[in-house]
Amino acid sequence: MGLDERPLSTLHEKASYDVADFEVPTGREEEWRFTPLRRLRGLHNGTAEGDGKVIADVEAAPGVTVETVGRDDPRLGRAFVPADRVSAQAWASFAQATVVTVPKETEVAEPTVLRFRGEDAGAAAYGHTTVVVEPFARATVVLAHRGRATYADNVEFVVGDGAALSVISLQDWDDDAVHVSHQHARLGRDARFVSHNVTLGGDLVRLSPSVVYDAPGGDAELYGVYFVDGGQHLEHRLFVDHDRPHCRSRVDYRGALQDADAHAVWIGDVIIRAEAEGTDTYELNRNLVLTDGTRVDSVPNLEILTGEVVGAGHASASGRLDDEHLFYLQARGISLDEARRMVVRGFLGQLVERIEVPEVREKVREAIEAELDR
Amino acid sequence: MATLEIRDLHVSVGDGAEGAKEILRGVDLTVRAGETHAIMGPNGSGKSTLAYAIAGHPKYTVTSGSVTLDGEDVLAMSVDERARAGLFLAMQYPVEVPGVSVSNFLRSAVTAVRGEAPKLRDFAKEMKGAMDALSIDPAFAQRSLNEGFSGGEKKRHEILQLEMLKPKVAVLDETDSGLDVDALKVVSEGVNRFGSGGDTGVLLITHYTRILRYVKPDFVHVFAAGRVVAAGGPELAEELENEGYEKYVKAGASS
Repeated sequence: MGLDERPLSTLHEKASYDVADFEVPTGREEEWRFTPLRRLRGLHNGTAEGDGKVIADVEAAPGVTVETVGRDDPRLGRAFVPADRVSAQAWASFAQATVVTVPKETEVAEPTVLRFRGEDAGAAAYGHTTVVVEPFARATVVLAHRGRATYADNVEFVVGDGAALSVISLQDWDDDAVHVSHQHARLGRDARFVSHNVTLGGDLVRLSPSVVYDAPGGDAELYGVYFVDGGQHLEHRLFVDHDRPHCRSRVDYRGALQDADAHAVWIGDVIIRAEAEGTDTYELNRNLVLTDGTRVDSVPNLEILTGEVVGAGHASASGRLDDEHLFYLQARGISLDEARRMVVRGFLGQLVERIEVPEVREKVREAIEAELDR
Repeated sequence: MATLEIRDLHVSVGDGAEGAKEILRGVDLTVRAGETHAIMGPNGSGKSTLAYAIAGHPKYTVTSGSVTLDGEDVLAMSVDERARAGLFLAMQYPVEVPGVSVSNFLRSAVTAVRGEAPKLRDFAKEMKGAMDALSIDPAFAQRSLNEGFSGGEKKRHEILQLEMLKPKVAVLDETDSGLDVDALKVVSEGVNRFGSGGDTGVLLITHYTRILRYVKPDFVHVFAAGRVVAAGGPELAEELENEGYEKYVKAGASS
């Protein structure tokens, strides 16, 4: 079997800054078929009324600059071209953008925190955030989303040569929020990018984190934790495009689901293009189903167009709590309820532990406890 | 004084299309404080079923008979209630629980069994002492429970739990299987420490006589085809060592 030059998947082929270049999705398209379009409140078809408010509040770490800029700022839109209609809509509609800059060779231990608070779910809001980490700089950025909103945004992470960026994005919206977000990471030579998405709240959250490499040596680790309650739709669509040699990517997303109509969607697309020799990639999604009535759609998709890879694999598993785990813990005197909590905590905790900011890690732990108490 | 009494215990496994299969066919056994009982028998004789039925594993259904601990009806208790009442099962194949550390697990178990959370410092000290006694590297405290442990490490951790939870009666399900002789000695010493106080009972299930050189049984019961077919003292183990299970397998099959 010969290797094709182009991937079979056409999911990520279309790219345009113009909303009109994208058809209004009907729900039959591959990229929209899992998303309940009716609950998007018009973000996808141009009918959303756009005077909603999502207020950004910034706590910049020393040495990091944060600016609020207009649409014409030349630093915006360099890391990506919108690849779906909502992303293009957000690009066309935002009024102001936040630009975070970590200057060259600046190493910052403290996190820079951007808090987004939605005040109104009835009207749509659009946002744009660009994080630029200049060569050999290192920084951590926390994005925290709370409140009530109908919100679409693009987030760009431009990680320069030899630079390192760690991002933790918390989606802890109120029950009536809708959030469609695209997180685009562009990695320079030997750049390192670590992303944690923690998605807990909101009626519908659809996140599309993507990674592209500009040069060899890039290293991306994408982690995600989600807890889906009854009626919630939490969707994560990952795309790692290996088109440069000797880059690495790791994806590990884990979720728990409980109660009727809790719906988790995980799409993991990885393409290793013909020129990406020496690629090392692995992606994993696991879901723990805690009650009846939930639904998981988990679709890993790995396309390899070169024979010269270091490693390439993917795995997806969704299942109930293991009776043997519960029996073992109960056989040591631990009640069934506590045993269940311990297993869920352990399952998600392995990713939470990796969050490098202690306060954020603790907050996420507390939030998971709160989910377990529901 | 602790007494575990098993009377005419019948246990089946499975339901569904193939129907239930009876594994235990009338087991009588009494384990008193200060006593060590060995249950020996060939593969498939129902030894492990007895262990799991006592612990309350959902896969096994007790169809008749009784199990009591100090007169309390064990069969009416949930799995965790049995453990809190003073029963302990050292598993033949301890499961791996990702993300739950050994120390977190032990503390949760100790808290549940003792009815109150031990002070953190006291607990850390107690755990370290118990780990030292079993030659377990302290680094294991932070590792996920049983995850990536060798067979011997898993069994040591079962005995660690035994020594920390201090049950009234411990059932050890083939704790000796898969151990090299050094690990067997360490594990046996742990069992002996547990039994040495005289106020606890041990029910040691094994396929081999090897462990009985280190853990001296007061009573030996031979299991075949789901019931006790012979009982005696330590001399019965000697006989099994020399002659094997053959005559008991035949006896069990024809009864």
